[in-house]
Parts: sequence; structure tokens; C-alpha cells
Amino acid sequence: MVTRRIFITMALLFPLVLSNIGVARATDAANWDQVLADARDETVYFNAWGGSENINAYIRWAGDEVKSRYGVTVVQVKLDDTAKAVTTVLAEKSAGRDSHGSVDLIWINGENFAAMKRQGLLFSPDWATKLPNWSLVDIDNQPTTTRDFTIPTEGLESPWGAAKLVFFYDEARTAEKDLPDSAKDLLSFARAHPGRFSYPQPPDFIGSSFLKQVLTELIADPEKLQKPIDDATFEADVAPLFAYLDQLHPLLWRKGKAFPQNYPDMKQRLADGELDIIFAFNPAEASAGIAAGELPDTVRSFVFSKGTLGNTHFVGIPYNANAKAGALVLANFLLSPEAQMRKQDPKIWGDPTVLAVKKLPEKDRTAFAALDLGAATLLPEQLGPALAEPHPDWMTRIEAEWIKRYGAAN
Amino acid sequence: MKPGSKTDGLHLDAISIGLHGRTLLCLSAVVRPGDVLTVMGPSGSGKSALLAYLGGFLDPVFTANGRLSIDGSDLTGIPAENRRCGLLFQDPLLFPHLSVGGNLLFGLTPSIARHSQRRRMVEQALVDVELQGFFDRDPATLSGGQKARVALQRVMLSAPRFLLLDEPFSKLDSDLRQQTRTLIFSTAKAAGLPVILVTHDIADAEAAGGRVVVIGEETGR
Amino acid sequence: MTRRFVVSGFVLALVSLPVLAGLAGTIGPAFGYLPAIGGNSFTFEHFATLAAQPHLMRSSMVSLTAGIVATSVSLIMVMLFTAGYAGTRMFSRIQHMVSPLLAVPHAAAAFGLAFLVAPSGLAMRLVSPGLTGYTSPPDWLVPQDPLGLTMIIGLVAKEMPFLFLVTLAALPQVPLAQTRHMTANLGYGRIRGFLIASWPLLYRQIRLPVFAVLAYASSVVDMAMILGPALPAPLPVRLTQWMADSDLRMRFLASAGALLQLVLTMAAMAFWLIAERAGAFVLKRMSGSGIRQPDDRTIRRIACAAMAVSAAFVFLGLLVLFMWSVAGLWPFPSLLPHYITLQPWMRAFPQAVAPVVTTITLAGASATAALLLAIGLLWQDDLRAGDALRFVLYLPLIVPQLCFVFGLQILGLALGLEASFLLLIFVHLIFVLPYVVLSLSQPWQAFDRRYETVAAGLGKSPLQILLRVRLPMLTRACLTAFAVGFAVSAGLYLPTLLIGAGRMVTITTEAVALSAGGDRRTIGVYTLLQTLVPFIGFLIASLVPHLLFRDRRAMRI
Repeated sequence: MVTRRIFITMALLFPLVLSNIGVARATDAANWDQVLADARDETVYFNAWGGSENINAYIRWAGDEVKSRYGVTVVQVKLDDTAKAVTTVLAEKSAGRDSHGSVDLIWINGENFAAMKRQGLLFSPDWATKLPNWSLVDIDNQPTTTRDFTIPTEGLESPWGAAKLVFFYDEARTAEKDLPDSAKDLLSFARAHPGRFSYPQPPDFIGSSFLKQVLTELIADPEKLQKPIDDATFEADVAPLFAYLDQLHPLLWRKGKAFPQNYPDMKQRLADGELDIIFAFNPAEASAGIAAGELPDTVRSFVFSKGTLGNTHFVGIPYNANAKAGALVLANFLLSPEAQMRKQDPKIWGDPTVLAVKKLPEKDRTAFAALDLGAATLLPEQLGPALAEPHPDWMTRIEAEWIKRYGAAN
Repeated sequence: MKPGSKTDGLHLDAISIGLHGRTLLCLSAVVRPGDVLTVMGPSGSGKSALLAYLGGFLDPVFTANGRLSIDGSDLTGIPAENRRCGLLFQDPLLFPHLSVGGNLLFGLTPSIARHSQRRRMVEQALVDVELQGFFDRDPATLSGGQKARVALQRVMLSAPRFLLLDEPFSKLDSDLRQQTRTLIFSTAKAAGLPVILVTHDIADAEAAGGRVVVIGEETGR
Repeated sequence: MTRRFVVSGFVLALVSLPVLAGLAGTIGPAFGYLPAIGGNSFTFEHFATLAAQPHLMRSSMVSLTAGIVATSVSLIMVMLFTAGYAGTRMFSRIQHMVSPLLAVPHAAAAFGLAFLVAPSGLAMRLVSPGLTGYTSPPDWLVPQDPLGLTMIIGLVAKEMPFLFLVTLAALPQVPLAQTRHMTANLGYGRIRGFLIASWPLLYRQIRLPVFAVLAYASSVVDMAMILGPALPAPLPVRLTQWMADSDLRMRFLASAGALLQLVLTMAAMAFWLIAERAGAFVLKRMSGSGIRQPDDRTIRRIACAAMAVSAAFVFLGLLVLFMWSVAGLWPFPSLLPHYITLQPWMRAFPQAVAPVVTTITLAGASATAALLLAIGLLWQDDLRAGDALRFVLYLPLIVPQLCFVFGLQILGLALGLEASFLLLIFVHLIFVLPYVVLSLSQPWQAFDRRYETVAAGLGKSPLQILLRVRLPMLTRACLTAFAVGFAVSAGLYLPTLLIGAGRMVTITTEAVALSAGGDRRTIGVYTLLQTLVPFIGFLIASLVPHLLFRDRRAMRI
């Protein structure tokens, strides 16, 4: 009888206890000691694209580290498309679940960020610039760390890694002198080698990036790309791009009637000997592929001398995240020199760092310099100029236009 | 407790069974303890339906009327599990997942509660039909005659008030059939149980030695 | 009577409510109602947007025709094979070959097929460069051919085993042998005799499963993604993309699209109903014509070969998946990898343990619950009592998953239901139950009821009879039904993803997520794991009776 009464009392009190937790003071990155204290014993559901085993392994390592250092448990929710996490947060908002959301941290950039920012689905105000490791970020030389596809990040997401469009080829099959040096060259290459080039089908991220690369090279006034689309001139602005594609498509792999699914699909086809030139957003991909036995060791990298697209990827926190403090701790750890160096190591991931190496302490600087990037990877100074990403509007519209024009191959 | 205490017999009172508006059979009879009533008839005459009705498991597509009582107590409408009627089919239907002893324990009336006594009674029942030492045997390894004897003992241990036999000898070869018939009829007589036997074999009817009822329009083809 | 009502009423509500509620959750946004992103008014605007989508017609037609063709081909194969071989040794040989295919997940079968028939696949390597002279793969559009033929082959290879097994389950209810003797005496060939005399009876028994196959094939996502055309992709694939689009306003479009998918599947069913009439008419003409067609060996052999080849496709596909999972560098046209490495397995193993455990727990729980419910239903003879219940049981299989699972997710959130394990088990149960009932009902009905009569005569109550006679004797059938349910649960993708909110990671959601990476080695490892897990269920189903009834000869057959 007594136990029963205790049980009832507890059952009645339990929601009260819960709601007390719910109204606890707002998480503030500026008060870092408090963040660390709140974060202990929290579980962070990190929604991140899960299509790459080495990246998953890296996230697992980061999770183990923050677990042992700060008592934060990290669970990676592996997505096949980042937009799914956005969908989840939206579904929660539509159901009125404004706290205790199921997503704590999202690996994000570009149009997903723009959409979440526009819908007010992100934790705000500015938290990223208050992270202790923010001071190390290379904001001067990498403007993309604060402008995500031209959209100001306003501290609503924290940079995680840099990306640059890089091409790969097999020197056993293709001579270096035959390599194209611009989008126009690439068309000539395709004419000389029909069926040996393709790009992932938009809206795949890499495929759409290829369209943006071509557009950036061909558009009459590149400045327009930094602003939202002007409907009046859009047709004329993109005309060179689609004229180019109209010529290119019959020369593509499968005559443009099918496209590779994504980068790993292209990588496989380079290995199979179906494609001669492929490209990725990660300069170390070729070396990593060789190390994994997925690519022959004769694969090498190149870029266009006038520049290729470069951007930054970030982590963001949903407005209704359940473990905001834990998410902040993880975001800050991902920015630490130690985590960034591991990320740049091609044996582990191979993604260029977002930190300004010269701002780092001596010890970390030497360690970065000592990283062996592998024979197939270009050195940072060989990567050439980085072209800025167009405003996200362009990507959405070009994708739609692309599907309208090429969505039904005959 | 002796299985099957004395009764003044099984009363079948104007029992009629129909299917789709057609009457298959009408029957009134009294079967005294130890007596055998043999019901004969061609297939489709309703023999099996009669048996099912008496046993309490008639398919609802049949319509049935009449009264069944034993020792003055009415059995009409009583569920099968409360009728205490022992059934023997042409197949012994020993439960394949239980041992021989397990089958008999399954049959043995729950009124005997003590484990050791239940075991003793089952062992004795096996001895009675010359199957001593068969307690742990797999029923699948028994011969046809042995199975038939186990099936009989399983029914007898359940303390039935009457027996219903559905062509129980038709699958046995002639020597065995003779033995099994004798065993079953003498066991029933000794226990004082009224027996209803359904068969199409006239030799069964002769061996039973009781009244013979022929149902269905035609008596021979 | 009241007892009967309890279980069937419970099942009725359990299955139909989530489907109907999910549909409502999809229909609302389609007509503009989704307050969270400013949808407060009733509008047809989203259907106009849908209609304006480029190449929508072609996407829809590809799905529709692939669904109808794949279902027809699977059914005709099963029909002709059963006609030609039922009761022969070849029949049981093919049966043993085909049955395990049921446990192979759709995604695994599709990847296997793709790795087999692609220009750089095993088939081409076998004949290159020797016969073809190719040193690099030819530039052929396979898979992803515009007509969806590869996708149809994949669907047939996966749906044929299902239809074959439901046919097997229905066979005992048709007096096949007697009918064959009769038609043979009249001079009819095996196939023609079967089609005229037995098929109509048999078809009536398997009609609901055929509609389930039709619904599945016309709305399939994972197989279409892997094998189907890409330009444009079949409607369900585009639908899934819209549902996941980062532009949140696309949710309205996605909901309108889901309704279109529903209409499409209903159109496929309407077509099928007409085809049934036509088939009946043809059969009538066939039987009226008096033509005997006594020599049908050619058709029989073709039917048998088609069954064997489609099964072989799946097995060879699994073999290729295995080869890729241990392959080092493996360039075209090498028939074998240059070296073998366990690295893909070693790398995957630490990550795969948790999903495998989740899968086994989830599948074990939902299959157990489904088995208990199925036993309850069958015990009370509910299924014989009403066709309505049978239909309701099939509802989650006949309404395309895409059309109601998403709405269900919104609803679950609106009710404040956490993405809990219990909720996920419940949703899995909806999909698992029909398969378990289907698997168990045939042996249940074939059970010799005289055992129960004997037991009742021995004074045992119905419950005692169930627990001490029927269930022990049906141990093997129950375990098999459990294994079937286990396999179904383990292979569920969309419901697990949406209801589990990405937090309940099963080996299947993991496999599909990783396949987005397109790395053949990782795909090989995960699809094999995904195939192995259900096989454990079947292994248990075949081993346990041996252990349990070691001394009971009759129970081991």
C-alpha cells in the first residue's frame, strides 16, 4: 500500500520534474563553463550523411573523444540525403514540438542551410562565433566560412571543413597533355573521346556543382551569380550554360540518357574504365580511393587554371534540439586543431581544414605541415583559385531547368 | 476409482439430422451398459454426422434435433469436453509430439491428482494391453496394433461414460482386426460402457453382437 | 461469439486505423492544409503544381506499366509452372530453390542484379575480352534502361517467389490430382486441363496476394532507385525526393503526388479487374472449344526454365555481392578481383553490430506479436468467417506505403508520440501480420481436426487443446510463420525510416543509406548482412523442431 502511494506520488511529480528541465535557462555559447556543465550526460543525435565509411569512422572517433572528455554521448543518424533531417525538424515544428526535438546537430550547407534559415528552423541567435575555437577559423582567406553560398551565416552554423572541386583521371589511360583546362576544353575533350565523361545527375550535389562551375565560367556577367536571380534576365543569363550542355550531352557516357548517381558511382566507373575524367569536392578523394583499393594507383588530380568552385560545409543546430549544450560542445570539438588535422589526413578523411594554420600554436602548425597527402593529391598551393558559389537561388532554378530540359531522355 | 460406473444406458431420443433441408436420418435407441449398437449405411448416409452429433462436434451446416441422455442426465447441447464420451477413429491419432506415456497421461482423468499415482495407473494400463516398458517410446515407432491398443487405453483412462467407435478396425489387416475387436468389446463390456459403433463392415457388426441399425434409403447395392 | 469479436475487432482496428489515419495525414497537405508552413486554406493549387512537373506523365506511366507487366509475368510464370509440374519431383525441386528467395531483401536482389547485368558486370566479364573483344565496358544503357525492363526483371525475380509460395499454400484446397486424372482421361494436356479445371479455383484463393504484388510493384521505391530509369525516374522515386526536398514548400507537392500515386495504383487495380474478366472469358472459350492440346512440353519447359533462371539471377547476384564485399582492386575485364581483402568487412563490423541487434530485436518482437495475433485469429476461425477481415488484413499491402506512412509520421508527432521502439514495433506489426497469417493459415487448416476431437472426448477444454495439442503439433508451422514475419520486418525500409525518425537504425535503413554512397564493396557487405539476418530466422525455424522433438520421428518431417 505504501509503495503504491509512493508510486502514485512519483507518477504525479514526474511531469513536473520534466517541465522544470524544459524551462531551464536558455543555452548560451558565451557562457562556456555553463555549456560544459549542461552538456555532461547529454546525448547528441548528429544527423550526417552516412554514405562514406571513412567519414562515419571519423564521426565515431569524434564521438568517443567528446564522450571521454566532456561526458557527451554522440549518436550519428546516418542520412542518405541531408534534406531528410530538415524534413524531420519541419515535421516536428508542424506538430508543435518546439522542444525536445529529435535532431541535435546537422551536417549542412548551401540550400539546406538557406531553407532552414528562411523557415526559422535553426538555433539562434549567433552561437558559432562564440565557440572557444572560433578564433582559429580562417575567416580572412576563406570567405566561405561566413558566407554559405552567398548567404551570410550570421553564426547560425559553425564551419567544419572546406571543399574544392578537383578532377581525377587515370594517367595509364589519359595523357596529361590531353587534359582540359576549362569547361570549353572539356567539351573538346568529350568530342575527341565520346562516351568517356559524365557528371552525376542533378540534383545530386556534385552534379549540380558541375552545372554551377560551367555557368560561372560561361555567364556574361559573373557578378549576377552573387545575387538572387533576376527573373527578367534569367533566360538570357543561363542560355550559354544550356547551349553548352546541348552540345555536351550527346558526347557523354550513355549518350546522356543516364547519369552516374553520385561521386562514388563515378569513382567506380573510373575504376571500371567507363569514364576517363571524374571530379569530387574533396581534393584527397583520389588518394583515399587508391589506399582503399577502389582506384588503380595511376589515378592523378588536376584543376582548371582559372579556378574551380570552392565552398565550406558546416554544422547547424535545430531550434528545438534536445541537447543544445552537447551539440555546442561537439561543434567546438570539431573545430579543434586536433580534430581538423585528423580530418585533413587523407588516410582518415582528407578534407582541407577551415582553420588558419598560421594562427595555430607551433606544435599544431608543424603537425599540419607534416601530413602526407598522398601522390594523387594536389598540394594546397596547387589547387588554384577558388570560384565563389552562386546564391542558392541559382542552384534551385538551374536544377529545375535541367530537369525540364533533360529530365526525359529518349 | 473404476472407470465408467454403472449407468442404465445411453438414450437416443428421436434424433434426426438434416443437411440443406434434407433429412439424412432419424433414430431412436437405447444402448445398455456393455451393449453395442452398430450403425451401418453407405457413405453419405449421415453415419459420421450422427457420430459427430453424439460426440458434440457436429459441423453447424447440419441441423440436428432430438435428445441424448445417459444415466438420466441430458447431454444435448453440452460441449464435447464435458460429455465424457470416448472416441476411437480408424486412425489411432496418437499425439506425435508426446511419448506413449505422455499420450496416456494426457488422457488420464484429472480427478487423479498425485503424480506418482498417475504414473502408476498409466504403467498399469500399458501392462493391461501387454505393452509394459513402452512408457517412453515414440508413438511413431509403434506397430499398427500397438498404436490401436494405446489409443484404446488413452480413452479408457479418461473415464468415459460411453464409447463412440468410427470404423476403428478398417485400417487393420484381418488378423489384427480380429484381436483388436475382441480387446475393445471386452474392455467396454468389463467397464460396463454403452458403445455405438459406426461401420460398413458386416463382420464388425457380427462381432459386436448387438443390435444393428441400417440408415440411408438403400441397404445394399 | 463475443470472444471471437474481441480478437477480430482488435485486429480490425489495429490494421485499418493507422492506414486510414495515415491517408488523412497525406490528404490534408495535398489540399493545402499544413499549418506549420502556412497551409491553412483549402486549395487545388498543389495539384496544378504537380501537373506542371516536367515529364510527370512518363514517370507515372513507367510505374504503372512496370507494375502491371511485372505482376502479369510473375503470375503467368507461376501459373504455367504449377500447371505443368504440380505434384512432380521437379515441382518440389524448384520449390526448394525458390522458397529461400522470399527472405532476400528487395534492395539486395536489385543490387545483385545490377552488378550482374551492367556493362561492367559479371556477365560481361565472363565473355570479355574473349568473345566480345571489349577491354573497357561497352556504353550500354543497362540497368536504368528507359523502358524499365531491368526493373521489371528485378521485380519479377522478387515477386514470383512470393506468388509461388501463396500458390503452394492454396494448392491443398484444390483437388488437383483428381482433377488432373479427370482432364487427362478426357484427353487434355496437363496445362490446358489445369487452366480450365483448377486455375479458377486456385486464383480465387491467391487473388488478394496478387493485388498486394500489383500495389507493391506499381509503387516500389528501392528497386526503382537501383534498377529503374533515371530520366525521368518512376513516380515513387520522384515522390520520395520531393518528400525529402529541403525546400519545405515541396511537402505540399509531395502530398499531392502521393495522392496521384494512390490513383495510379488504383488504376493498375482497375486494369487488373478488367484483365481478370478478359482472362475468364478466354478460359471459357478455351474450355468450350474442346481443343485438347495434349502435347504441351514446350510451354512446360519454358515455364520451368523461366522459374529457374529468375531464381538463378538472385543467387548469382548474391554471389557477385559477396565477391565485391571481399574484392581488392577489381578492374574490368578481370573475372576475379586482383586480390582478396577483408577490409570492407572489418571496417563495417564495428558499425554494423548495433543495427543488427536492433533489427533482430525489432523483427523478433513484431514477429512474435504477429504470431500470437495470427494464432488468435485462426483459433477463432475468424478468417473463414469473413472476407472483410481478410481484406482489412491486406490493407497495408494494398495501399501503397508511400501514401500513408508519411501521413502517419506527422500524426504520430501531432499526438506527441516519441519515436519510440514500441511505436516502431507497432507499425512493423501492421506490415508483418498479413504475411504471418498467410504463412500459418495453410498448415493450420490442413491440421487433422480429429486430434482435437479426440482430445475433447478426453475431457480437455478448447484452450487446453490449443496449448497442448494443436500448437505443439504445429511447432514447425508456427516457427516458419515467425521466420517469414521476421524477414518481412527486417526488410522494411520506408516505415522504419519515417517512424523511427532515423534513430532506430536497422540493417536495412543502414544498407540503403550506405548505398547512397554507391561503393560496391560497402553495398556488398551491407546487403549480405541484410540477407543473412532473415536467414537466421529461417535457420531457427528449421533447426528448433529437430532439437525439440529429437525423439519424435513424426514431428521432424
